[in-house]
Amino acid sequence: MPVNIIRTENLTFCYNGIEVLQDISFNVRQGDYLGVAGPNGSGKSTLIKNILGILEPRQGNIYLFGQPLSAFRQWSKIGYLPQRLASLHSHFPGTVREIVQLGVDRKGDSREIKRMLQLMDIEHLSSRLIGELSYGEQQRAMLARALASKPELLIFDEPTTALDPQTRENFYSIAQELNRQQGTTVILITHDTGVIGNYARYLLYLDKKIVFSGTFENFCSSPEMAGFFGPVSQHIICHQHDRRNI
Amino acid sequence: MSLIEVLSFTFVQRALLAGILIAAIAAILGIFLVLRRLSLIGDGLAHITFGSVAVVLLAGISPFYVTISALPLVMLASLAIFKLTSSKKIHGDAAIGILSSAGIAAGIVLASLSGGYNVDLFSYLFGNILTVNQTEIMLSLIIFAAVLCYVLFFYHDLFAVTFDEELARSMGIKTKKLNILLFLLTAIAAVLTMKIAGIMMVSAMLILPPLTALQLSISFRKTIIASVIFSTLSVIFGIIASFLLNLPAGGTIVILNILFLLIIFGVKKILPALR
Repeated sequence: MPVNIIRTENLTFCYNGIEVLQDISFNVRQGDYLGVAGPNGSGKSTLIKNILGILEPRQGNIYLFGQPLSAFRQWSKIGYLPQRLASLHSHFPGTVREIVQLGVDRKGDSREIKRMLQLMDIEHLSSRLIGELSYGEQQRAMLARALASKPELLIFDEPTTALDPQTRENFYSIAQELNRQQGTTVILITHDTGVIGNYARYLLYLDKKIVFSGTFENFCSSPEMAGFFGPVSQHIICHQHDRRNI
Repeated sequence: MSLIEVLSFTFVQRALLAGILIAAIAAILGIFLVLRRLSLIGDGLAHITFGSVAVVLLAGISPFYVTISALPLVMLASLAIFKLTSSKKIHGDAAIGILSSAGIAAGIVLASLSGGYNVDLFSYLFGNILTVNQTEIMLSLIIFAAVLCYVLFFYHDLFAVTFDEELARSMGIKTKKLNILLFLLTAIAAVLTMKIAGIMMVSAMLILPPLTALQLSISFRKTIIASVIFSTLSVIFGIIASFLLNLPAGGTIVILNILFLLIIFGVKKILPALR
């Protein structure tokens, strides 16, 4: 029976007294590919930051790999790729190699670093400073870092914003391959439900609270969702999902 | 007077030893502060040091122990800045500004209460490395060892936090613990730097060598080493030049740091044009 990788119970988060997340309860099981969608400001990134311990919820419980968040220590099991780095200094003196090394361990496995650099096609950039790279190259380096620890759970928070279509496709293909071949659990956060329709098997639609949670088949047959999205949008999303998963 | 003669004086040897240690401490911590946009903390803590020195002098403590006696107050103030900046209710620069003003205001009022503008207090504004005593050398050595241990032991975590604090937290790194240690060590560095460069120039010692090293666009590890080299060279040449040319040591050290920055900046601009 698949293990619960993430479980949240009645999660509520407030920012300056305003509830950004209301009573969020859901499970992610081992091997799932979950898409988290919702409009801007719906709490998608906030939810992930609560799960990763970056933000502290007002109430509710979070469990990672069966352990309460406060007791969880096996962080190398999680690879997280944020939407954009919150505080990257343009002169930050970290080379691409040093950034990827962050994902390995404190000593750094040079073979694994090289493998990741090759996988993301950035080996030629390994001694360049991260701040000197284009956004796309930075994101590839960040993905290499996230994958370097061979995580069991991958969390992508809108990772492909401002990337060209080919690089974007490459990103999602890597995630899908890891999910299908190695059973890596993937959570993909995006406001683009179409992208989720292409890749994910499950959908969590947020608008401060859970609007929809379930498989794409349930989503596609839900008259409520047709009312929420409009029948045309629902049809397009479901058509993309069906085409990809034939 | 020849250079050999200058170096044969015990007080010059003491000044060089303490200066090199303090310069290295400030240069290492400065890298983390500059990259995390906390550069002004040095300035704030320097002003708080001014207030703390005023308290110490008003209490009648011998000037010999001023550095050590001022430490607890400055460390407490650094924790207050940490608390204010991490509460997110006040921006970091504003929090530093509040405590900085409080420190300088308290210094002036206390100096006045102690019977006018105290000469001892104002001598700390500009510093005098040549008067460094044995206790201060020992303190510098201990703090240098503490900073070295801090960086070597937590290098991976410090690199992650400096790169991106949120990302570091998502990796399970205890960022709060690291930040508190950084603020406390910076407070001690500010008090020690006061001795060599003076309160007015504490932030210069924390900012200029890291900024010069960052112009080299080299790896993180090499940037820390370059920062230490620039800082210690400025102190060595600054002390010798001040002695030979009869200049104030603090000012000479800071001017040398600015010169290093301008030279590296200039070379960086000119080199690509020559290629």
